[in-house]
Amino acid sequence: MTVTATIGVPSTEAIRRRPLTGSARSYSKTLSLILIAPLVLLMGFGFLYPVGKLLLGSFFAPEFGLEQFQRLMRSPLYLTVLLRTFEIAFAVTIASLVIGYPIAFAMAKLPRRWAALTTVCVLIPLWTSTLVRSYAWIVLLQRKGVVNALLLDLGWITEPLRLIYTEGAVVMAMTHVLLPYTILPIFAAVRAVPNELGQAASNLGAGTLSVFWRIMLPLSLPGVFAGCLMTFILALGFYVTPALVGGPRTMLMATLIGQQTTETLDWAFAGALSTVLLAATLTFVVAFRKTLSLNRGFAGVS
Amino acid sequence: MSPDMDYALAEREAAEIEGRRPKPARHQAMGLRYISGVAMTVGLAALLFFLILPTVLVIPMSLGSADYLEFPPKGITFKWYVRYLTDPDWIAATLFSLKIALATTATATIIGTLAAIALVRGDLPGKAVLQAMTISPMIVPHIVIAVSVFVAFAPLKLSGNFVGFLIAHTMLAVPYVVLTVTASLQRFDTTLELAALNCGAGRSRAFFSVVLPGIAPGVSSGAVFAFLASFDEATVAFFLSGIDGKTITRKMFEDIDFNLTPVVAAVSTIMVLVSLLVMGGLTLFQKHQKATSWN
Repeated sequence: MTVTATIGVPSTEAIRRRPLTGSARSYSKTLSLILIAPLVLLMGFGFLYPVGKLLLGSFFAPEFGLEQFQRLMRSPLYLTVLLRTFEIAFAVTIASLVIGYPIAFAMAKLPRRWAALTTVCVLIPLWTSTLVRSYAWIVLLQRKGVVNALLLDLGWITEPLRLIYTEGAVVMAMTHVLLPYTILPIFAAVRAVPNELGQAASNLGAGTLSVFWRIMLPLSLPGVFAGCLMTFILALGFYVTPALVGGPRTMLMATLIGQQTTETLDWAFAGALSTVLLAATLTFVVAFRKTLSLNRGFAGVS
Repeated sequence: MSPDMDYALAEREAAEIEGRRPKPARHQAMGLRYISGVAMTVGLAALLFFLILPTVLVIPMSLGSADYLEFPPKGITFKWYVRYLTDPDWIAATLFSLKIALATTATATIIGTLAAIALVRGDLPGKAVLQAMTISPMIVPHIVIAVSVFVAFAPLKLSGNFVGFLIAHTMLAVPYVVLTVTASLQRFDTTLELAALNCGAGRSRAFFSVVLPGIAPGVSSGAVFAFLASFDEATVAFFLSGIDGKTITRKMFEDIDFNLTPVVAAVSTIMVLVSLLVMGGLTLFQKHQKATSWN
């Protein structure tokens, strides 16, 4: 998008004399290229080169071909991991929606003081490191953890339950970690619905439930899609939480890639797994790119 | 509300037939509304509890006096904080993380601000491609970035040292700066800059005295996000850390598995407080700015 000057169009000679400054509203091509050069260098060396090297490497080991991908397809173990990754990402997305929608609604529509309290409860986890929050789930769920201690004290169980390293633990902890990413887009969508619409509907005889079901919910659906998509994409490739809370039986794509890199040192296969994970993620991003607004999460609350 | 109104009408009709005064219809409706209100409050409280409890749980757990994580913690002690502060490994990891985070804040803020200016105001070929490339580290799974950077940087002697981390973390943090500064630039009224140019200011004078103060809120938010994106970052740090160059998050990762004492809870508490102070400070600062600015 080039915005050209509308006030006092400079003569071509003036432009030639000032090659760096350009017109008043738009910077010249030379200056723009100088300004963006550091970013291009950084992304080229820090992102495109490493990611490209890893992905391409998986096609050239031992020689050009799909050897590494055939390995992936042949083994039922790896296909199980791939399937489990999708299942868990889906479960996390649904759980985040069920828990997140009422919270987003409360943030947007409750009276000022209660909305502020709810907002604080959403922002504090958002601002806190995911590593710390995943660690908290270990503290909660481990054998001598908080949940088992409480249940034993209450006499509801006689010996500690096996909670950690299960799929349930991974889903619960990941839901908690990713919840703010579901909540914020829904909050932005619900807040944008004018209260007058609901009032008009009640004046015409709609009950509270009917107002919600036929006015609020349909109008907030874009936010719901954006939040769910963001959560699903993040859940597909999440490493920290499943690495800490999950065990060998809850291996996901991300933890499998990590294991291939640090334990078996099979970088070509790690590259193939990364290619599959990245392709899955990008498929969703490209298919739904219109719903995905990356800065909504930051612009949503301020 | 229609059910209430129906009820009131029916009640009045019945009362007229029986020749008694109509009973106010409000009691029953109020009772129902009260019960559903209480149920909703309890439900919301439970959801908020789920959101907030795991975040703040580490605080009480870090104060327990037992040698393992005990719930409920018995006796209040700060000995785990003393243990943290006197452990050279923890201090080295903390200082390494702080050094990386502060340097990343500087580089990401400068590179990101310059890029945002070029993307919003500049004359660039292939802007859409450049924008997609800028935000791609937010979309590509961090495990893929982490393994890639590790595999590519290790042969270049860039793993486990400051320069390698600075490059990797700046790459991860720069999209936040570009997004926040872009938003500020799009809101910025360019006629102010034109006015400065008309009044005789040069391009750079107009930028530093007019444009930069105007987009300062976006730049400062971007800087804070960049700091936390580096300081709290765990995935890339896990793979890129070495024996000598180890971040606080990598050290935590290791100790969660092997060290069961509440030291990790104490470190976690410190990290929570750092995040809350930095983000809370930014929020208050921006509220204050909004309240005192003219426009």
